[in-house]
Amino acid sequence: MGFEGIGASVRRKEDVRFLSGKGNYTDDINRPGQLYAVIKRSDRPHATINNIDVAAASSAPGVVRVFVGADMAAESIGGLPCGWQIHSKDGSPMAEPPHPVLAVGKVRHVGDPVAVVIAESKQAAKNAAELIDVDYTDLPAVANLTDAVAGGAVEVHDGVAGNLCYDWVIGDKAVVDGVFANAAHVVKLDLVNNRLIPNAMEPRVALGDFDTSSGDFTLYTTSQNPHVIRLLMGAFVLHIPENKLRVVAPDVGGGFGSKIYHYAEEAIVTWAAGKVRRPVKWTADRSESFMSDAHGRDHVSTAEMALDAEGHFLGLRITTLANMGAYLSTFAPAVPTYLYATLLAGVYKTPVIYCNVKAVFTNTVPVDAYRGAGRPEATFLLERLVDVIAHDTGIDRVELRRKNFIPADAFPYQTPVALQYDSGDYQTTLRVALANADWNGFEARRTAAKDRGKLRGIGISTYLEACGIAPSAVVGSLGARAGLYEVAEIRVHPTGSVTVFTGTHSHGQGHETTLAQLVVSQLGVPFDQVEVVHGDTAKIPFGMGTYGSRSLAVGGSAMVKAMDKVIAKGKKIAAHLMEAAVEDIEFKDNVFSVAGTDKSKTLTDISLAAYVPHNYPIEELEPGLDETAFYDPKNFTFPGGCHIAEIEIDPDTGVVEMVNFTAVDDVGRVVNPMIVEGQVQGGVAQGIGQALLESAIYDPSGQLLSGSFMDYTMPRANDIPNMSVATENTMCTHNPLGSKGCGEVGAIGSPPAVINAVVDALKDYGVRHLDMPATGAKLWSIIQAATPRMAAE
Amino acid sequence: MYDFTYQKPGSLADAVKVLSGDPEAKALAGGQTFIPVLKQRLNKPTTVVDLSKLGLSGITVSGDKITIGAMTRHADIAANADIKAKIPGLAHQASLIGDEAVRHRGTMGGSLANNDPAACYPSALLALGGTIKTDRRSIAADDFFQGMFTTALEQGEIITAIELPIPEKSAYEKFRNPASRYAIVGVFVAKFPSGVRLAITGAGQGGVFRHTEIENALSANFAPDAINGIVTPPDDLNSDIHASAEYRAHLVGVVSKRAVAKAT
Repeated sequence: MGFEGIGASVRRKEDVRFLSGKGNYTDDINRPGQLYAVIKRSDRPHATINNIDVAAASSAPGVVRVFVGADMAAESIGGLPCGWQIHSKDGSPMAEPPHPVLAVGKVRHVGDPVAVVIAESKQAAKNAAELIDVDYTDLPAVANLTDAVAGGAVEVHDGVAGNLCYDWVIGDKAVVDGVFANAAHVVKLDLVNNRLIPNAMEPRVALGDFDTSSGDFTLYTTSQNPHVIRLLMGAFVLHIPENKLRVVAPDVGGGFGSKIYHYAEEAIVTWAAGKVRRPVKWTADRSESFMSDAHGRDHVSTAEMALDAEGHFLGLRITTLANMGAYLSTFAPAVPTYLYATLLAGVYKTPVIYCNVKAVFTNTVPVDAYRGAGRPEATFLLERLVDVIAHDTGIDRVELRRKNFIPADAFPYQTPVALQYDSGDYQTTLRVALANADWNGFEARRTAAKDRGKLRGIGISTYLEACGIAPSAVVGSLGARAGLYEVAEIRVHPTGSVTVFTGTHSHGQGHETTLAQLVVSQLGVPFDQVEVVHGDTAKIPFGMGTYGSRSLAVGGSAMVKAMDKVIAKGKKIAAHLMEAAVEDIEFKDNVFSVAGTDKSKTLTDISLAAYVPHNYPIEELEPGLDETAFYDPKNFTFPGGCHIAEIEIDPDTGVVEMVNFTAVDDVGRVVNPMIVEGQVQGGVAQGIGQALLESAIYDPSGQLLSGSFMDYTMPRANDIPNMSVATENTMCTHNPLGSKGCGEVGAIGSPPAVINAVVDALKDYGVRHLDMPATGAKLWSIIQAATPRMAAE
Repeated sequence: MYDFTYQKPGSLADAVKVLSGDPEAKALAGGQTFIPVLKQRLNKPTTVVDLSKLGLSGITVSGDKITIGAMTRHADIAANADIKAKIPGLAHQASLIGDEAVRHRGTMGGSLANNDPAACYPSALLALGGTIKTDRRSIAADDFFQGMFTTALEQGEIITAIELPIPEKSAYEKFRNPASRYAIVGVFVAKFPSGVRLAITGAGQGGVFRHTEIENALSANFAPDAINGIVTPPDDLNSDIHASAEYRAHLVGVVSKRAVAKAT
């Protein structure tokens, strides 16, 4: 057992159970007398519900009850709430149409829940669900952004004119327009950020339990934030006070954002359990996940950069349409505004920026945050635009970036789009990445590839993101209806072992290991004597969960504060035991000592005294050694770095092969380098998926064409190259760990690097830009269209 | 899936009897297509007749042909030394089907009876000019496939074996659907003393088909460049969100050339 504190690549302790089939996932939990829920979903993109006949289903074998939207409405069950309110440029609040748990009156997307069957078995419930006869009148539907905002488009919600949720701006348009009017060059780019379906390995599951003696409800659910679910569902939907509602999110098999939100099924099983007075479980089929998990991305944008004659960025002007889907998911309105437009300075000292975002309802599954959430959209736009500027002006793409970087001595740096960056060194991450990727040797590799009949390209992305979400007062002023602090309780047991209760949630990230390492370093407790507990509102103080790369930067900082309190109290106990002044007590490596003497006590001596307070300053100090701290971050954190992708295209088929991928990221203090490397690899894999493979495709009528793994292309292991992953870190200046977060950097930095490489490979074909995903079929078409022109030239 | 009766007969005659007597009864071979279909409730059989106890597995070589029992798994075909030596294109093809788990359950007879237009084996059977042996007759490959998911099999007729002539050279080249990894275009080429046969799966609206223009060119000159200039019209080809008919038509040429280049 070597060093196991901060900086050690300790093996993940949770992997023993995950890899040996011993994980405890929601679907592994079964309660006595449990029933099964199957949801009847709309197969129509948009329709009026004339009648729902549940008679046959209700009397089918094994069926206990069938509920429809009217049953919930009759009990004043609320709609699913939205956690963020955006105001339009005219000051009016966003359109926030009702989001019923079960559809009332209309269905608005394929997959919209219409009814639920509760039965003795899943099989019986499925059989009965087929007997529910819904009489619909189909309505015209809009599936894509440009159709939805076109004049005369059908309204997804009555009275929401033009399907416009909000029309939001950041920046001063007149000032930015003035800069453009006087610029030496203006470069313009239209681009699409493709819609994605998250597809966590574990589909969503919800199990509602009702204790008939106490009247207590328990919801077991696949969530990234059980306290948030308890608050939203208890207060806004089912009207159950916190003391009567427990939410447990046990082992969760991947979230990527899609398990942040409060979903209809959680409310359905909890409410139904109370109605039938038995536990009710719902487990999503994979095909159900495709049409009910919140989707990601889906932007259409126009970006323009004003430049001086030397290629310095003078001003950025952007308009974006963002798809909200049919209803507002929990954090959807924040994604294309405060998680997107505030990122548009990127790593560049662009002095003025204006961005207009129109959020739009369509007859599609709700869209919300997905790994990166707004920041991948901003980064893709910016890093594509920079390459297009290089293309149009002839300035070298690396040189163009270098000359526009915010210099390392400019921090703290105030951007024109609200954020203030605390630290970073973009020249260094760029320099190291160029070296690691052998950028200068690329042309030889391109030539060698050409001799093999392949088109080789290299692409770069120098990116930044804002995470460590988030300072509560700041996000509150921006429309968040929640605080985004984090909580930690450090319980030192009588014999000196420690249990950490964290309000963050691990759904694959390895918190049980990383957070334990913080305790090893700060309290000197051996790694195997630290246990991390998360995911249960009955055990943990009110925490906000895990998303936005916040667990270490915010949750870890709360732990540091709580451990500071443990040490402070321990010093008082030690001073009493060793008959010294508190000011003379020092704590290091698990030992309290009196300065300048050889007197010392271990943490175990102190904790034992705290719980067996026979010789104890009982008049001044409470027994016990158990401290809680809440930490509200002072600012966002700003990881960044440089990603370089190298690809080859087979011109006969258009198929792209990822050849090399190099990441050099600045994630601040690294606690476990192995876990950081894994997080970056996973994020890059998702970024490569978006860039080359994945696309949620609706036909114009609103049917989801890519509704299964037969048609939705998830990246496989052999789509992903071996990667070179390194870090060049500057410390976060405003949290006690210096950590910035690493969960999303891979998915944010990589897509533009990949597309820039594809465009580079096709430069002889006159390609200036192409939208994701760069499939073989798409590239073949581009090559075909260009080939006769090239032959003619 | 819906409830059904499950039977596992011990003799071919019993299996045929059950399947012939009930048009809603279905045969279960390896189940790698059928069971997912059942789970999605896209099929509602009265009875599922499991063919695994009929003794239909095994690979034998006799003279100029190889006979493969209908219930032989893909993994066994891919690993079989005789097939690797004598019809290497088939061994390679079997190794590309599905994933490891699928290859250890799925069977050649099951795949051929299903005749999925994007499945691999129909191209091997057709290009090799093989023969389907059933409980009651022999059916030549050229007569067996009758459009997507449609074959010459009668109600209750069970494939017992596949008889494949050994070619001089063979190869299979597969351009995969990036999502499903089925064939967007799969080409099996087989060179016999009498000429070349080349069959294409994944591309055609009517399922697997022979490309006689390419066959004639290759019969005259068995080399990739012999295919140059042959244009495949897109009219009868599939078009979907992954590949247009025009793309498939183009890939027919590309993939055919690669198959020929690989043929040993």
